Amino acid sequence: MLKRYNINRDILTLSAILIIIPFFFQNDFYYEIAIVSLLNALICIGLNMLMGYAGQVSLGHGAFAGLGGYIAVILGSKYGITPLFSIFIAVVTMSLFAFIISKPILRLKGHYLAMATLGIGIIISIVLNVEDELTGGSDGMSVDSFTIFGYEFVDSLQWYMLCSFLLVFTIWMFSNLIDSPFGRVLRSIEGSEKAANSVGINVSHYKSIVFVISVVIATIAGSLYAFFSGFISPSEASFSHSIELVVMVVLGGLGRIYGAIIGAVILTILPQLLTSFEDYQTLIYGSIIIFVMIFMPKGIASVYEDVKGRLFASNK
Amino acid sequence: MLQINSVTKQFGGIKAVDDFTCRVKKGHIHSIIGPNGAGKTTLVNMITGVYRVDSGTIFLDGADITNISTDKLVYRGICRTFQNLEICGNLTVLENVLLGFDKYMDKGLLKSCFRAKSILDDEKRYTDRAKHLLGLIGLEDLADKKAENLSYGILKKLEIVRALGTSPELILLDEPVAGLNPKETQEISDLIRTVVADEVTIILVEHDMKMVMQVSDYITVMNFGKKLAEGTPDEIVNNQDVIRAYLGSGVVC
Amino acid sequence: MNEFLGFLLSGVTVGFIYALVGIGFTVIYNSSGIINFSQGEFVMAGGMSTVFLLKAGLPLGVSFILAIMITSMIGIVLYKLISFSKESSQISLIILTLGFAIFLRGLAEVVFDKELHTMPSFVGDSSFDMFGTTLTYQSILIMIVSIVIVTLLYFFFKKTKTGQAMMAASINVDAARLMGINIKKILMINFALSAAIAAIGGVLLTPITSTNYEVGIMLGLKGFAAAIIGGLSNPFGAVAGGLVLGILESLIAGYISSEYKDAVAFVALLAILFFMPGGIFGNTKAQRV
Repeated sequence: MLKRYNINRDILTLSAILIIIPFFFQNDFYYEIAIVSLLNALICIGLNMLMGYAGQVSLGHGAFAGLGGYIAVILGSKYGITPLFSIFIAVVTMSLFAFIISKPILRLKGHYLAMATLGIGIIISIVLNVEDELTGGSDGMSVDSFTIFGYEFVDSLQWYMLCSFLLVFTIWMFSNLIDSPFGRVLRSIEGSEKAANSVGINVSHYKSIVFVISVVIATIAGSLYAFFSGFISPSEASFSHSIELVVMVVLGGLGRIYGAIIGAVILTILPQLLTSFEDYQTLIYGSIIIFVMIFMPKGIASVYEDVKGRLFASNK
Repeated sequence: MLQINSVTKQFGGIKAVDDFTCRVKKGHIHSIIGPNGAGKTTLVNMITGVYRVDSGTIFLDGADITNISTDKLVYRGICRTFQNLEICGNLTVLENVLLGFDKYMDKGLLKSCFRAKSILDDEKRYTDRAKHLLGLIGLEDLADKKAENLSYGILKKLEIVRALGTSPELILLDEPVAGLNPKETQEISDLIRTVVADEVTIILVEHDMKMVMQVSDYITVMNFGKKLAEGTPDEIVNNQDVIRAYLGSGVVC
Repeated sequence: MNEFLGFLLSGVTVGFIYALVGIGFTVIYNSSGIINFSQGEFVMAGGMSTVFLLKAGLPLGVSFILAIMITSMIGIVLYKLISFSKESSQISLIILTLGFAIFLRGLAEVVFDKELHTMPSFVGDSSFDMFGTTLTYQSILIMIVSIVIVTLLYFFFKKTKTGQAMMAASINVDAARLMGINIKKILMINFALSAAIAAIGGVLLTPITSTNYEVGIMLGLKGFAAAIIGGLSNPFGAVAGGLVLGILESLIAGYISSEYKDAVAFVALLAILFFMPGGIFGNTKAQRV
């Protein structure tokens, strides 16, 4: 049975962790990594909903996040619109964009769907590179500081708290959504589209909605990232960023909200840890992905559940 | 209730259903039988909007429903089950039944995110009703089991019960007992006769002759996409054309 | 007119390279249902290996053959990795091949380097005039080799026993297995073959565009677009797809905007996916409900 306020142990644990870890941060660099992890996790929650619950793979979400970020930044720098309002306009624009492209895209299945999102993503990234008068081209452009109703975000702790709050709040909404009749429809689409269709569910309508939601979240996270780092470049919208996001979701565990967070955190931290290996960085990164996909294709969260299941079984 | 007027469906050069006309009376269990490849499932797929009708019309209670999509037909009171089981294995048994009530439930996006009262109320009301339906087929105890862990026979029943959730006026059962053992077949026949037939009209596509003869009010026989014969079970058993059509496939009525 | 012909010919030259990458995609997709995202890295491996074997002092012909063998081995390694995987859901296999692509890029960084390399052409750098436009011997070579490969593939699939077994396996794996075809062996041959074709493309391309460890990313994606345009399951469709792409790209770069040259492949890809989901030669299969 659904509870009115769905404050469960998982969400409390996450909040506690988020509150405690800053005490272990030694300098701003730690904060930076943490904030990027949080923003990536945010995108992954939306992407996970699309991939894990609605069964639709997107290889273009990096580009959507990047484009959303660019829209917000350009509105601010060229037209002097306040950050919060420019993010809002970016969200509206990107949802419209996502809704329009979702119609032809979501008719496609499996590989073809993945390829269409890949194609759109790469086109976006090329446009951002070429239209340098607007975007600063491949060099990127600097971004004004972030304010909410005149309150300026300057130090890392403020950003950390903003992103943490956003993540916890989003997770809370999503767990509500996934456990609701709406969420059941999504899960049924993943289970059997024909079954869903046979009880009156307009499958493509729901796929569109989820696609739009995931793009909206990517836009918010992408814009915040631009404001946080004070800089935006087409690499945010690159194919490799899109791939990174998909790998995060799958590595963490498809269809598991907390899996997406684990994946995002690990894959954001990992390259930083690997920098000490210098030339071997890419090699090790690739090897780890291969290793995980061979030995735990259902992601890290599933391994955790397996272990937990065995522990409980042995207790009986 | 349902009027099918000379519908035709071609695949490539082959007419899977050829100028087929049929009338289904309200409250009847109307069976459609015929040898493999006679076009029965194609017909079901045309009625339920999965395939587009090449020519001809289909009327439900006087309203044209030709080529209306499956999900919209549910709101007109038509629901179906599948020859190849279509159950959401990733959901629990209860959730699969709840899916049947989906068309009545509030699914507003923001309301769902914030657990509005209407969402909680709907969920509670329809969970009770879904449990009641599960009770009818004796599956209350399995309500929280994942559907993928259950046997084929149980899932076949579950599919029918799920369809009942949509409160259909007309339900199309595409081979509901295919692949089941005699005991399970009997259970499904009982389910169809007692529970389903009380409230709804049924179109039954089935190969199991014993069952068809047992439950049907009226039977239409198809062969090569055309109507071969129709009548009450007694009339069909004694129809020479039907016997001839079936001799090849080895089924003796 | 001469200008047009020039664009056309350079388009055809690059188009054949896309075709070779595209064929590689279809060969693996047909037999295993896997989209291999490391196809572009096979091209890179072929080109880079040849460059470095040449630098090590080996003759051109030997380097070429060795590079193809090395790349085929890499293809077999990928197949082995895939067969180790515990689950075969599409998405985890996609990620596995993506990981392999990253791995190969990293390997190239370590074994070779991050510099841009070129190598001498097999047939010299000279060119000649034809139809009022300039044509290099290397372009001619690319066209001839590609046509030979496609022809050989055609006969391989139609006439040889192994080729027919591979076709059978692509149509129905279970039936083929029941007929006594060794599916594992077939799959392995497919991966090796696909890698070898990609490697040949890499070697042919290097004298024209030069190569580095990252060159595979774009090539792989464009080869993939070629495969989709041709219908994904048809190697010969991929050839047509590659040529269409190469020519379109060259004409648009020449007449409209060279900056948007790279976008052409993806716009074409989307157009095909949205309006002709089966590709220009593909057919849509009716599904049974």
